[in-house]
Amino acid sequence: MSAITDPPKGGFQLSQLIYDTRYRSMTIQIVALVLFLVGVGWLLNNAAQNLAALGKPLGFGFLGEAAGYDINQKLIEYNNQMSHGRAALVGVMNTLLVAVLGCALATVLGVTIGVLRLSNNWIVARIMTFYIEALRNVPVLLWIVLLMAIFIESFPQPKDFRGDDAVATLKIFESVAFTNRGFYIPKPDMFAGSMFVVFVFLASIVGMFFFRSWSRKRQEATGEILPNFWISLGILIIPALLVYFVLGRPIGLEYPELKGFNFKGGIYMRNSLIALTLALALYTAAFIAENVRAGIMAISKGQSEAAFALGLRPSRTMNLVILPQALRVIIPPLISQYLNLTKNSSLAIAVGYMDVTGTLGGITLNQTGREMECLLILMAIYLAISLTISTVMNWYNESVKLRER
Amino acid sequence: MKNSTFVGTLAAATFAAGFAAAGTLDDVKAKGFVQCGVSTGLVGFAAADANGNWDGFDVSVCRAVAAAVLGDAQAVKFTPTTGKTRFTALASGEVDVLARNTTWTFSRDVDLKFTFVGVNYYDGQGFMVPKELGVASAKDLDGATVCIQTGTTTELNLADFFRTNNISYEPVPIETNAEAQQQYLAGACDVYTTDASGLAATRATFESPDAHTLLPEIISKEPLGPLVRHGDDQWADIVRWTMNALIAAEELGVTSANIKESAMEAGNNPEINRLLGTEGNLGEQLGLSADWAKNAIAAGGNYGEIFSRNIGESTPIGLARGLNAQWTDGGLIYTPPFR
Ligand SMILES: N[C@@H](CCC(=O)N[C@@H](CS)C(=O)NCC(=O)O)C(=O)O
Repeated sequence: MSAITDPPKGGFQLSQLIYDTRYRSMTIQIVALVLFLVGVGWLLNNAAQNLAALGKPLGFGFLGEAAGYDINQKLIEYNNQMSHGRAALVGVMNTLLVAVLGCALATVLGVTIGVLRLSNNWIVARIMTFYIEALRNVPVLLWIVLLMAIFIESFPQPKDFRGDDAVATLKIFESVAFTNRGFYIPKPDMFAGSMFVVFVFLASIVGMFFFRSWSRKRQEATGEILPNFWISLGILIIPALLVYFVLGRPIGLEYPELKGFNFKGGIYMRNSLIALTLALALYTAAFIAENVRAGIMAISKGQSEAAFALGLRPSRTMNLVILPQALRVIIPPLISQYLNLTKNSSLAIAVGYMDVTGTLGGITLNQTGREMECLLILMAIYLAISLTISTVMNWYNESVKLRER
Repeated sequence: MKNSTFVGTLAAATFAAGFAAAGTLDDVKAKGFVQCGVSTGLVGFAAADANGNWDGFDVSVCRAVAAAVLGDAQAVKFTPTTGKTRFTALASGEVDVLARNTTWTFSRDVDLKFTFVGVNYYDGQGFMVPKELGVASAKDLDGATVCIQTGTTTELNLADFFRTNNISYEPVPIETNAEAQQQYLAGACDVYTTDASGLAATRATFESPDAHTLLPEIISKEPLGPLVRHGDDQWADIVRWTMNALIAAEELGVTSANIKESAMEAGNNPEINRLLGTEGNLGEQLGLSADWAKNAIAAGGNYGEIFSRNIGESTPIGLARGLNAQWTDGGLIYTPPFR
């Protein structure tokens, strides 16, 4: 009796799909894909059926109808006779404003705090550690609400500025009003000829870049370093200042003034905008600080020792040797912090800031009852914003990446 | 072949998970309680006390419905909703009935697909300002900062009012009454505007209510009432006639004090008899027990009792009956006959 059997020849058997390692992984993947598609199909079908049963078939016509509500902060022309679509756009602009301001502020704060946390000064390092732990371990919504409450309760009301015995006054050369409804700062007032000043200023910026690249070439050729900072600053402001005075000061300032219930004139930064931006930036800065610290610590000590050995001062070592290398470690997590900040800005309604979640996902949704449509558009908008941020940041990341030669 | 079985199963599963609007009554009976959407807290209309017991004018509607359907006024689960979340909560079936200072409007009825079962409070939008501001009329509010609750009719009326009067304002959108109150008292807005009843209720909770005044203008009609989803007429009928029973009870002189007696045996007023189930079969027609209306009325008294206990002139809120008096007293509260 022979113990050896011939391997099965020819004839593909169905069981091979599971027992034959050549096919198994393919089978599993196909089954998973089918199940996934069925799941998605079921959800879509269920949603469509429920909407039909409610008598609310999917439709986007409501975007063209008059919105009927007012929005306080609008970066583009809007009134309540305009469409829901327009209101959504106003909201998108407000979202972008918070995102841009918040990301910029968070980056500056985060880098500073991250570097300071590595400081040799024990107290400074401890304070920064405390800041990071306090900020990032409390939900950002609480920070937003807390900042707003502090704002509302601690700054004076506009009416406190009124009368001869006013309890509150304008600050900083009587030009800025800090009220619990927000800050009013002076606004540039353009007269005839102001365009020249602006033009000269823009030209100076271009000039400054030319100077910078010329100076770098010079440094490479001769090894001499110019006081770049001061020269740039001079190029930037002196010509514009000269033109400004020669033309007889064509740019003035419009100061805020108490008229009726509120201040008029100047630029009005609403309390909701400030509280939201500040809270998001402070919170996100704590995470960015940790990324920066990780990035710096990832650079081996040998690098700075080598730089010192070459005679570079500590500040130059940081700027020329450490940070450029650390950026490669810092940027990828920084992208996700920017995305987080942008998405967290949808908590805006907690302080009455009219971002796109407040307009399209809030009032429009509520007044028209188009939950499904509004949320789908809202998701698409956030997706688009997030993808744009990642694309731009990935492109930047690409440009600082180690060039392998 | 295999494929079609599969699709068939899928379709069946979809149906099973499908819409559950029809049969709210059966759902409620099976659950053993009524799920009721109320406000997040407006003293006199719907507010929870320290023990989590809800009470108020709107809450009483929910309790009456629970008493009528389940015989137990306590068999209610309350879901606090904001102006923004309330309609989604009702449409999605999270609540069976919404009683939250909600104005009956054309678009909510027709476009949002809700059924308003009636009006339990005829109201209008007003303005509240601190007295020291010295404002006498809403038309003097040019440039003022105005606190409003978002997702309300208030928001739309306000936009219309300022546009037609050609004056400007700065809206401060807020989610709940409590936050609006905080901002208003801190002076972050000059004016608070919402339904006049809501203003009165809010002012009653202030430390010094006398320092604030309601402006004379009422800029809109706000008929407030309970609502249910479209598509389940039986449930709409139950809520509608429960509310009507409370109104009829006041008109007919049936109170929480005398209801036990009156419901004992048929008296000589046939309408009271039909209402309380000692004659005819109204309860059966609704799919409820014969003593449904008796239970509803016993839960918190008739319409007038509920009004005066929660928001009437003897309470800090101090609202007069006004438009909300019975039609026999020159008001608008009127129920169709029980027959
Ligand atoms: N009746 C208006 C306004 C309703 C409304 O929001 N009322 C306020 C004040 S009267 C309220 O109930 N607030 C309670 C809360 O914040 O939960 C509507 O239906 O849109």
